[in-house]
Amino acid sequence: MSEFIQPNLIPVIPEMVMLAMTCLVLVVDLFLPQAKRGFTLFLTVLTLLLTAAAVIAIAPADTVSTFGGSFILDQLAVTLKVAILLISALVFIYSRDYLKDHDIYKGEYYVLGLFAVLGMMIMTSAHSFLLVYLGLELLSLSLYAMIAFNRKSIQASESAMKYFVLGAMASGLLLYGISIFYGITGTLDLNQVSDVVRMQLTENPIALSFALTFIVVGLSFKLGAVPFHMWLPDIYQGAPTSVTLFIGTAPKIAGFAMAIRLLVDGLSDLQAEWSQMLLVLAVVSMALGNIVAIVQTNFKRMLAYSTVSHVGFIMLGLLSGTEVGYSAAMFYTLTYAITASVAFGVLMLLNREGFEAENIDDLTGLNNKNPWYAALLAIALFSMAGLPPTVGFYAKLSVIQAVVSIDMVWLAVVAVLLSVIGLFYYLRVVKAMYFDPSDEGRELTIKESLDVKILLSLNGLSLLGLGIFPSGLMAYCILAFS
Amino acid sequence: MTVSLSHYLILAAVLFSISIAGIVINRKNIIILLMSIEIMLLAVNLNFIAFSHYLNDLAGQVFVFFILTVAAAEAAIGLAILVVLFRNKQSINVADINELKG
Repeated sequence: MSEFIQPNLIPVIPEMVMLAMTCLVLVVDLFLPQAKRGFTLFLTVLTLLLTAAAVIAIAPADTVSTFGGSFILDQLAVTLKVAILLISALVFIYSRDYLKDHDIYKGEYYVLGLFAVLGMMIMTSAHSFLLVYLGLELLSLSLYAMIAFNRKSIQASESAMKYFVLGAMASGLLLYGISIFYGITGTLDLNQVSDVVRMQLTENPIALSFALTFIVVGLSFKLGAVPFHMWLPDIYQGAPTSVTLFIGTAPKIAGFAMAIRLLVDGLSDLQAEWSQMLLVLAVVSMALGNIVAIVQTNFKRMLAYSTVSHVGFIMLGLLSGTEVGYSAAMFYTLTYAITASVAFGVLMLLNREGFEAENIDDLTGLNNKNPWYAALLAIALFSMAGLPPTVGFYAKLSVIQAVVSIDMVWLAVVAVLLSVIGLFYYLRVVKAMYFDPSDEGRELTIKESLDVKILLSLNGLSLLGLGIFPSGLMAYCILAFS
Repeated sequence: MTVSLSHYLILAAVLFSISIAGIVINRKNIIILLMSIEIMLLAVNLNFIAFSHYLNDLAGQVFVFFILTVAAAEAAIGLAILVVLFRNKQSINVADINELKG
């Protein structure tokens, strides 16, 4: 019988803080009257900021692993966790007025959100198949409930059901791949898996690629790459806009972390195989995402297809298989999450009781009504399209550089051409905001609180700031893979 | 005839394929979708247990316990969403889930 060894608990302090505070929020909220619900939001944001502070405080100089190597804290995990926590805090603050108007301003919403963030933190630090799976499920289960949160909405419950079925299927596919890898390697720890895979590479190539296929399919389901993207537009459109904002930002970072942990940390010796798979997924995602987005009239649905194309770009960075490529993909993911939070944040401000602003037509004349929000949304759209001097330009440039550096110039040309196609539908929204006459009958009201206005403005201007001075964030991304 | 590892793996693969077919082909009832998801997770569990026994390693069986727990939570959430959906639409027919498309 082996002796029980006390694991090193210091690397998991942020998660422990997070879990304790989440339980506290859950209990405190029970005793609050509806009028004092703002205190729950305050506690939620405090939790996220405290956890972010804890992550920064214990950030180790070297990689630290604990719980028998299944939990790891390295530069990548630190950077991604801080990004996830800060973006989630922003998202919760933006959502407040929307939740009030739609009668879903409840404590459970924040508790579910906090559990989802905890799941994302576990995903970024997971270094065994078991922990990857548990983090992913904690995230997904919270998201299913959050989408169905507006119980009276037919669309919301329908999209929750679709997400549930497809999400569960994706987890099943991922698990099947994991079970085969377990059979081949006899271990769940990603370090040991990596070692055994290296030895088995010549003996068992077919079994390894068989299992790898399932892992890649499961991953692309979660990231939303074509042909596993069917859930994305429906969920973005059907979910309450506050939940769409949440799903569209931080979970993308967690999905990127999962891809890095599984493919780069665990299965780097199969890089030649998964690069080929990601190549196909990336090209099809960029093509279909950009082309189908053109015909959409619903703004949320259009942004969903635009997400699909951005996932293609993130995969371009991953498939290059170099450290430069990984850090470019990381930069792309982080800046995309920031950009999406601006776009959905502005869209959410246009909502009011009984009216969902979600069609592109609803945005006509926004410039006359409120030029500042129109400008913020325009900056976000320019950034998604990849126009300088916004950060989207630099993000696209760096992934394309990574692709060129492995001598796949044709792929770079395809990516550039497809993003030119993408420019069309982003600019169409800008045209609607600035040049189309607004309907007389419909008033575009904007509900704004001062704190939301300040944060959203800073968030929008950061897209310009990061675009002009990208080196600070890029340095962190490079550090994560060196 | 002795039952070898490959028999278990073939059974698991067959169950897994049945569950995928159940999700993709089924056009009738959402509850069947939920059942297919359960079969899928059980197929994976069978894989894990067979490998665990064959490799003489306990990690696989531990993983199965976690999958079972998560599957229970997942079924609870799935059925809860189903109840919400039924209240809104008065139907749990897969063909009626057609509000969102394009």
